[in-house]
Amino acid sequence: MPAVSKGDGMRGLAVFISDIRNCKSKEAEIKRINKELANIRSKFKGDKALDGYSKKKYVCKLLFIFLLGHDIDFGHMEAVNLLSSNKYTEKQIGYLFISVLVNSNSELIRLINNAIKNDLASRNPTFMCLALHCIANVGSREMGEAFAADIPRILVAGDSMDSVKQSAALCLLRLYKASPDLVPMGEWTARVVHLLNDQHMGVVTAAVSLITCLCKKNPDDFKTCISLAVSRLSRIVSSASTDLQDYTYYFVPAPWLSVKLLRLLQCYPPPEDAAVKGRLVECLETVLNKAQEPPKSKKVQHSNAKNAILFETISLIIHYDSEPNLLVRACNQLGQFLQHRETNLRYLALESMCTLASSEFSHEAVKTHIDTVINALKTERDVSVRQRAADLLYAMCDRSNAKQIVSEMLRYLETADYAIREEIVLKVAILAEKYAVDYSWYVDTILNLIRIAGDYVSEEVWYRVLQIVTNRDDVQGYAAKTVFEALQAPACHENMVKVGGYILGEFGNLIAGDPRSSPPVQFSLLHSKFHLCSVATRALLLSTYIKFINLFPETKATIQGVLRAGSQLRNADVELQQRAVEYLTLSSVASTDVLATVLEEMPPFPERESSILAKLKRKKGPGAASSLDDGRRDASSNDINGGVEPTPSTVSTPSPSADLLGLRAAPPPAAATAPASAGNLLVDVFSDGPAAQPSLGPTPEEAFLSELEPPAPESPMGLLADPAPASDPGPEDIGPPIPEADELLNKFVCKNNGVLFENQLLQIGVKSEFRQNLGRMYLFYGNKTSVQFQNFSPTVVHPGDLQTQLAVQTKRVAAQVDGGAQVQQVLNIECLRDFLTPPLLSLRFRYGGAPQSLTLKLPVTINKFFQPTEMAAQDFFQRWKQLSLPLQEAQKIFKANHPMDAEVTKAKLLGFGSALLDNVDPNPENFVGAGIIQTKALQVGCLLRLEPNAQAQMYRLTLRTSKEPVSRHLCELLAQQF
Amino acid sequence: MIRFILIQNRAGKTRLAKWYMQFDDDEKQKLIEEVHAVVTVRDAKHTNFVEFRNFKIIYRRYAGLYFCICVDVSDNNLAYLEAIHNFVEVLNEYFHNVCELDLVFNFYKVYTVVDEMFLAGEIRETSQTKVLKQLLMLQSLE
Repeated sequence: MPAVSKGDGMRGLAVFISDIRNCKSKEAEIKRINKELANIRSKFKGDKALDGYSKKKYVCKLLFIFLLGHDIDFGHMEAVNLLSSNKYTEKQIGYLFISVLVNSNSELIRLINNAIKNDLASRNPTFMCLALHCIANVGSREMGEAFAADIPRILVAGDSMDSVKQSAALCLLRLYKASPDLVPMGEWTARVVHLLNDQHMGVVTAAVSLITCLCKKNPDDFKTCISLAVSRLSRIVSSASTDLQDYTYYFVPAPWLSVKLLRLLQCYPPPEDAAVKGRLVECLETVLNKAQEPPKSKKVQHSNAKNAILFETISLIIHYDSEPNLLVRACNQLGQFLQHRETNLRYLALESMCTLASSEFSHEAVKTHIDTVINALKTERDVSVRQRAADLLYAMCDRSNAKQIVSEMLRYLETADYAIREEIVLKVAILAEKYAVDYSWYVDTILNLIRIAGDYVSEEVWYRVLQIVTNRDDVQGYAAKTVFEALQAPACHENMVKVGGYILGEFGNLIAGDPRSSPPVQFSLLHSKFHLCSVATRALLLSTYIKFINLFPETKATIQGVLRAGSQLRNADVELQQRAVEYLTLSSVASTDVLATVLEEMPPFPERESSILAKLKRKKGPGAASSLDDGRRDASSNDINGGVEPTPSTVSTPSPSADLLGLRAAPPPAAATAPASAGNLLVDVFSDGPAAQPSLGPTPEEAFLSELEPPAPESPMGLLADPAPASDPGPEDIGPPIPEADELLNKFVCKNNGVLFENQLLQIGVKSEFRQNLGRMYLFYGNKTSVQFQNFSPTVVHPGDLQTQLAVQTKRVAAQVDGGAQVQQVLNIECLRDFLTPPLLSLRFRYGGAPQSLTLKLPVTINKFFQPTEMAAQDFFQRWKQLSLPLQEAQKIFKANHPMDAEVTKAKLLGFGSALLDNVDPNPENFVGAGIIQTKALQVGCLLRLEPNAQAQMYRLTLRTSKEPVSRHLCELLAQQF
Repeated sequence: MIRFILIQNRAGKTRLAKWYMQFDDDEKQKLIEEVHAVVTVRDAKHTNFVEFRNFKIIYRRYAGLYFCICVDVSDNNLAYLEAIHNFVEVLNEYFHNVCELDLVFNFYKVYTVVDEMFLAGEIRETSQTKVLKQLLMLQSLE
């Protein structure tokens, strides 16, 4: 091959680049650039028409300047001119400039699209490819609108060149991802599938990517791709290392295509056709066999390419999770890699094994590698490899090895990198709780955590140990003894003081018999730490002291002395001062009986999901893939591993400054459970439920939004993650909605948040927000049992015409939901036009082996897209008159089902979405509202009037809208609310 | 899918940036700096993969140049690692012993090579023979 000389063809450009490189300072560079910009500007403005070559050269220089990081505000027109040149090199620079510097200047877009159109029609494959690459690189909606219909034609046309087909396939992929609505499915889809058979491997390589994307949204339309993909894969896998010539890479036949085919197959369940399945299993076995053969080359490229296929094969085997033999073979293969000298392979093997650990067929096989994995945790140099090892240990943990794994993780914690300490702490805490046979081990483990990594032990972790000790009387004495001993250390972490203070305040009496831990000793031990602690801890200790007065009357005088001290009674911190004053008074005025009642032992905490687990999930961030992995990793703890004892759990936790005694808030238990840790989504969602019903005040939108944003700082990237399509199973797959679905739906007509559904197994919470014709809904699926849900799959279904009226995009959720755990699903909703029936939420999962299914109505009703409109009385009446056609009005007279309270009614109407207009109706008892329903296709103006009649306990509701079915529908929805 | 491809030298100068999703210019600059920061601190004993935001970076170092591909977390690490190498071998053949300066002076040609091999964030063509044949043909055009 001839080498390309430096900047050949454009000498001026090469000189300019050299000049820039020779600049000694940033200033010199800017000066040189400004000089060049002035030069180019004058050339472009000059009278003399530039020839194509000069134009190309200057546009290319502008591009170079832009790539150096400088703004370019001219030259776009000249670049567009280059597009219509008939010389390749000029066209190429024009397209490159457009692709890199695209802006949505409408005037230019029209010209650009025109040039692209000409090139697409040129029948010159080089020009067609340039045009297609430009569309693929820009991928804007305008280009989609202009070309989405043409490209499928080019893709399947019999006379298209191979290279054009390749580009067209990926160009279409880009447009489909950017704006799926613009790409019409049609007869071309079947022909696209057949590209899998194409002779040209490059065409197949490009087409597989397109099909993989399309089939995710339309699995049934592309089902035929399975057998074609299998036979293609089979031909590649069984070919000799030189058969595929151009497509053999370091003796590996078509590695990238193989990987893509294996990924395509992961979009589907195992093939139903026995012959196809047999052929596929053969392929998978061949790949596993080849991994055992001696390498054909010592080059790392050879082994990487080979292993790329192997890892993807293992992913497919795990995806099917139905072939025990293959799963175990996969596990053994990965086991070999665990000790490979290549760090990459060790890393990937650990990662892949994590998912294998969740399969019942391979869990035991994974466990046999425990020593290697522990060794990796201790010796790997790359922190990311150690992290994978920690993940795998967490995934393979069950009752049989929990003690070993927890102790290894604790040991690792002492030297672990700061970045991952908190995660390790959470994992240890979860494992210790989950697999605790005797709770003394659990208590020891958590106290060890605090000792080793106190700074990384979050509130959730130490709240949790308090909850568990409170709920289990068999461990209380041990806990008291252990914290007492731990507190003996001269320097102990403040978290230890918190835990110690709380436990001794509750259960110190259990060890008071021993003279070495007599009440005065306990007190002076705690009090010796007091002055070194933060305000929150000191507040907690004051509560411990008042509890001591009740537990140990003999300490009363000493403690009253402490409370009475000026440093407490006149403390600058109002919380400490108030506690000191109140506790002192309480201990002086209350009788022993009252004291004993007020300061009684805390009641057990209600059982709920472990807040630590929730925290670990939050930490994992919003990445869809990682949450999926999480599901699988967590699944390691499912009941096949020997049954998980249901553990007491709760989300509600006392905040450090919460009044442990409930002196200021009655009744006492409420005080202990109510103050939830701030920002805990779970708590908010579920506490919203019952409480929200009586009062329908406006939700604090701002706070709501900030809470729901992904916690990670990198939200811009997170937002761009591809949402999984809402796959629509056919109607035959979906059961009818449960009988109470309508009733549940009605609860949400006037509010956006709350508990949508609850039974013994599961709770579904909803949070949603709507703006204009768009909405976002968060569904929270909480597993109330202690057993994992498997094959958990919620889908959104659009019955009837709804598909064309409402677009709902869902993100996939993990297929497993652990006992006590909660998963979140995000739905993006777009109202396309007015609609009457809500979408259905169909939920399927396996609980203890038995399939469960449930269909609910999603609380998305047309009024959610209301935009309130304020207007004066005059305008209102004018519009009211305009909407006087009989069909535009809907009216209902009905009996009140709830007490007729004007404030509640107002709140409901506001919740319904319309604006409430004062001073419009002559009768002040009546309510008048106005709003516009925003859909993508049209807007529907709505006026409403509600006339309560208190004497008759009746209402009359009148709706007038510009669209007849909407009036009737809104009227029905709203009438059920009063 | 590929989210972006970056070629940077050790000093952090960008020799190629190819984006397959929309970022504004500030965000691009931030990504470039972050990638440089995470990749350059790693040594030969480390893996060629780094978790990066919600994605991962697959990278390989050739002399003073880091070739980085940012892909989805679920993507196949080794396939992209070798895709980098395949790309580098094509550049090497095309520029006849490619060096950093070739990429600087011929930046507009590098984009053509990229588009031949990767498009819309996917691998388009993997055969070196086919890619080089096509590049040669384009080279001969005026």
